[in-house]
Amino acid sequence: MKDNQGPLWEIFLQKKAGQPYVHCGSLHAYDKEMAIQNARDLYTRRQEATAIWAVPANAIVASSPEDIGPFFEPANDKVYRHPTFYQIPDAIGPM
Amino acid sequence: MENNKFESQFEAKLANNDVIEPKDWMPENYRKHLIRQISQHAHSEIVGMLPEGNWITRAPSLRSKVVLLAKVQDEGGHGLYLYTAAETLGVSRDELLDNLLTGKAKYSSIFNYPTLTWADMGAVGWLVDGAAIMNQVMLQRTSYGPYSRAMIRICKEESFHQRQGYEIMTRMAFGTPEQKAMAQDALNRWWFPSMMMFGPPDAESPNSENALKWRIKRETNDQLRQKFVNQTVPQAEYLGLTMPDPNIKWNEDKKGYDYSDPDWTEFKNVISGNGPCNKERLAARNKAHNDGAWVREAANAFAKKRKEVYEAA
Repeated sequence: MKDNQGPLWEIFLQKKAGQPYVHCGSLHAYDKEMAIQNARDLYTRRQEATAIWAVPANAIVASSPEDIGPFFEPANDKVYRHPTFYQIPDAIGPM
Repeated sequence: MENNKFESQFEAKLANNDVIEPKDWMPENYRKHLIRQISQHAHSEIVGMLPEGNWITRAPSLRSKVVLLAKVQDEGGHGLYLYTAAETLGVSRDELLDNLLTGKAKYSSIFNYPTLTWADMGAVGWLVDGAAIMNQVMLQRTSYGPYSRAMIRICKEESFHQRQGYEIMTRMAFGTPEQKAMAQDALNRWWFPSMMMFGPPDAESPNSENALKWRIKRETNDQLRQKFVNQTVPQAEYLGLTMPDPNIKWNEDKKGYDYSDPDWTEFKNVISGNGPCNKERLAARNKAHNDGAWVREAANAFAKKRKEVYEAA
């Protein structure tokens, strides 16, 4: 497959310090400087970010959808990991 | 057998209003339909930069110039969001661009009409972006995840486009008699081409059935067209302009306006390459692409060379 557009990068934005980086989309760029500049022009035209991560798309490791069931199963039956599993006397109030 | 299992899982997801993601199994025709629709949508954004680009150097004030620049820049961005959404379905950007540049792919017929006066910038924002937004608001809930996310982003950005267009219309419609005549003329020329943006009537729309079945679209061409008429008529009345369709009349029974269909023969002519500006638009895209070739080559060579140096060190 001929492609002259440079590799694909996944872009993550942080709106302001203290907040998590969130995936916003992807773009093509030939190198990392261009990836960051393109990300600024493409995804932050309205002050959506004060920091950007650009990650080569081929560096991302992803779970596969066929495995959803068995892969995430172990978390399914452990209600005791949630606070509502425990009984606290009414007299104590919110805890 | 195996395919049947995947197919029923796919249909169960759609029935449940679940979203399909790139790595999920999907029928080949669903994939093809999406590639066609998303890439046409992307091409429309890119070609859509041209009719307005025509007025950037002649905008009547600095304010209107920066606004128009920002709008055209948004459209370029929207094209890029959509291309990357299409690429998640297994096509390359080069392939998509080739299809546009060789005339193999289609884009919205509306961008093959010329923008003759400044009032056209008002009518394009008000009517063309208005019609596009109506379609795009629906597509925010489309069944394919990357397309839906692109649409949500685009809708958020696009609402200024329609408002700036209507603002231009109000200035002209409440301006001098000459300005008001320009506004009326722009409405006359852009109304029916805008009505065509929703596609052929439901009875003659070859792609609608699958699009609805797969929840790619959630409303039909005629339903969206009716909504657009209902939204636009009162806005034209406010401006004191006359709708260029004598059949527009409130219909109490359907709680909507009756209207005339656009000329579908003209529509077919324009999408098959014979509109007033088809050749000019494609020539402009090809020129921009070819003029930029040296930049792509230089950037690519520079990145390769630096990688070699980095790896050697």
